[in-house]
Amino acid sequence: MINKPCSSLKNIYKRKIMNNVFVYCEIDKYTVEEVSYELLTKGRKLANELGVQLEAVVAGTDIKGKVEQEILSYGVDTLHVFDAEGLYPYTTKPHTSILVNLFKEKQPQICLMGATVIGRDLGPRVSSSLHSGLTADCTALEIGEYDDRKSGKHYDGLLYQIRPAFGGNIVATIVNPDNRPQMATVRSGVMKAEKVDDNYNGEVVCHEVEKYVAPEDYVVRVIERHVEKANNNLKGAPIVVAGGYGVGSKEGFDLLQKLADELHGEVGATRAAVDAGYCEHDRQIGQTGVTVRPKVYIACGISGAIQHVAGMKESGIVISINTDPNAPINQLADYVITGSVEEVVPKMIKYYKENSK
Amino acid sequence: MSLKIVVLAKQVPDTRNVGKDAMTAEGTVNRAALPAIFNPEDLNALEQALRLKDQHPGSTVTVLTMGLPKAADVLRESLYRGADAGVLLTDRALGGADTLATSYALSQAIKKIGMPDIIVGGRQAIDGDTAQVGPQVAQKLGLDQVTYVESVESVVDGKVTLARRIDGGVEKVEAPLPLLITVTGSAAPCRPCNAKRVMKYKRATAPIERTADMPYADEYDKKPYLTLTQWGAADIDADLQQCGMAGSPTKVKAVQNIVFKAKESKRLTAADAEVEGLIKELLENHTIG
Repeated sequence: MINKPCSSLKNIYKRKIMNNVFVYCEIDKYTVEEVSYELLTKGRKLANELGVQLEAVVAGTDIKGKVEQEILSYGVDTLHVFDAEGLYPYTTKPHTSILVNLFKEKQPQICLMGATVIGRDLGPRVSSSLHSGLTADCTALEIGEYDDRKSGKHYDGLLYQIRPAFGGNIVATIVNPDNRPQMATVRSGVMKAEKVDDNYNGEVVCHEVEKYVAPEDYVVRVIERHVEKANNNLKGAPIVVAGGYGVGSKEGFDLLQKLADELHGEVGATRAAVDAGYCEHDRQIGQTGVTVRPKVYIACGISGAIQHVAGMKESGIVISINTDPNAPINQLADYVITGSVEEVVPKMIKYYKENSK
Repeated sequence: MSLKIVVLAKQVPDTRNVGKDAMTAEGTVNRAALPAIFNPEDLNALEQALRLKDQHPGSTVTVLTMGLPKAADVLRESLYRGADAGVLLTDRALGGADTLATSYALSQAIKKIGMPDIIVGGRQAIDGDTAQVGPQVAQKLGLDQVTYVESVESVVDGKVTLARRIDGGVEKVEAPLPLLITVTGSAAPCRPCNAKRVMKYKRATAPIERTADMPYADEYDKKPYLTLTQWGAADIDADLQQCGMAGSPTKVKAVQNIVFKAKESKRLTAADAEVEGLIKELLENHTIG
């Protein structure tokens, strides 16, 4: 595959303003974060539904030629590249200026970004500059209509920004009827990334960064940075053995780890179990943790608070082990084993060993 | 160098125990019906502010909160823990605000307080979990921002060095004052209430909280520090079109309780034969193994 040439700025101005769907692509040096591909996939679907194009924005240092092809393959019609010193590592103002100035030209109707540390720093800043509404941590995005009760106005083709609110006790559907772009952030793992075509016919536009970012925007300096890749593969694991407060102890989690090791899976936990110190924080599943969609989800001593369910409800087969036959999670389970974790889990390990050979 | 510090704090409903009745017909939160607490990460923010005050004698910490009259509770609690002053922003015209309209009102109040050297807020509030108000206040005041701060390491020559907790790691950044920062829950917990300060400030109230038959009314004349500053929309020169519901681009279309879609589940006991049967079934259909 050949990289597509950058078209000149003149061409951009000639193109008609289409109120397209935009996705901000987050990068880690030269690679695009998975959450951005998930959002591009969602963005493509929304654009199809609205009959508009999908555009993407990526900003970094020395990224030209390294990220374009992969981004376009998710069905991006136009990719805006901003490549300059000082755009990586991310700081707030330069990236804000890029989006704000680009959006003033392009008038997007929707803008999506990851509900990551970067997206949650950038999103509100951009929304405040443009006076547009932003909804954080959406778990679903749909297109629909809206009737404003006060003004009596009817709106078509609005973005429904659906998210748990109030600590996950309710789900709210938010709309931004009058302000554009309609902005939303989505956590990593909530949407599913699907490539459209390795040779998708999209265009790359390289912008002159200094036309968008003022020199005084580069005021915050990153002195040191230590980022480690996650030390577990919880997000991608085909089998997750998750424990709740009901597991009762760290030792109880050691037992879950044994089962996970046997099944080549990973251990996850509820917030309550993490707060109690039974399991490390980076294994927390749920609205404020990781979202997983494994083939098999084994819920051990988990009652099924909505916040937790939000992070696992798209699992394939759910097996619930609980002493309480009426635990809410049993409603989601394909198999409910009524019994204690310390009794059932060793039996599962034993019979798996006996029968898998 | 002494610093003028403003802390943004919010009184939040304790979201661990809420039902649908806590929402109004318009889909906004009926805060009056819920137990209210000091937003946890705002306490982490207060601690960072108080540490700055400890390190830079002569600094002042003013806590600003917007909410119902009872939000004065967080101001009292802040005074008990070491803050110098509290400002209560309360007005019906400011109610029903989304994060953008909230940020507008807060930024107007900060202008009235007088531009601080540093504004410190919690990363996010547990009722909304949006993390938007901090950056939006910074934008409205034209300030730089650093979010997800775990500790303020130093302030030297108008430059702040901060440790951030970012996805998968940590980052150390340097930023010039004036600056807005938001502090994560992994930062140091807030110091406890000081008994002497509790005695001194326990009767501190905002005018709106006072009733005619209140005991100790005469104390308020003698001890001005017992009167919390209270402002409404007019006091902060707020444009009402940018406040409350009118100033909120986002509207709540619908609110629903989540109902689990019941699957037809197979019920088993912990008996050996049943567990073995399940494992065999899962192995046979290649679900595991």
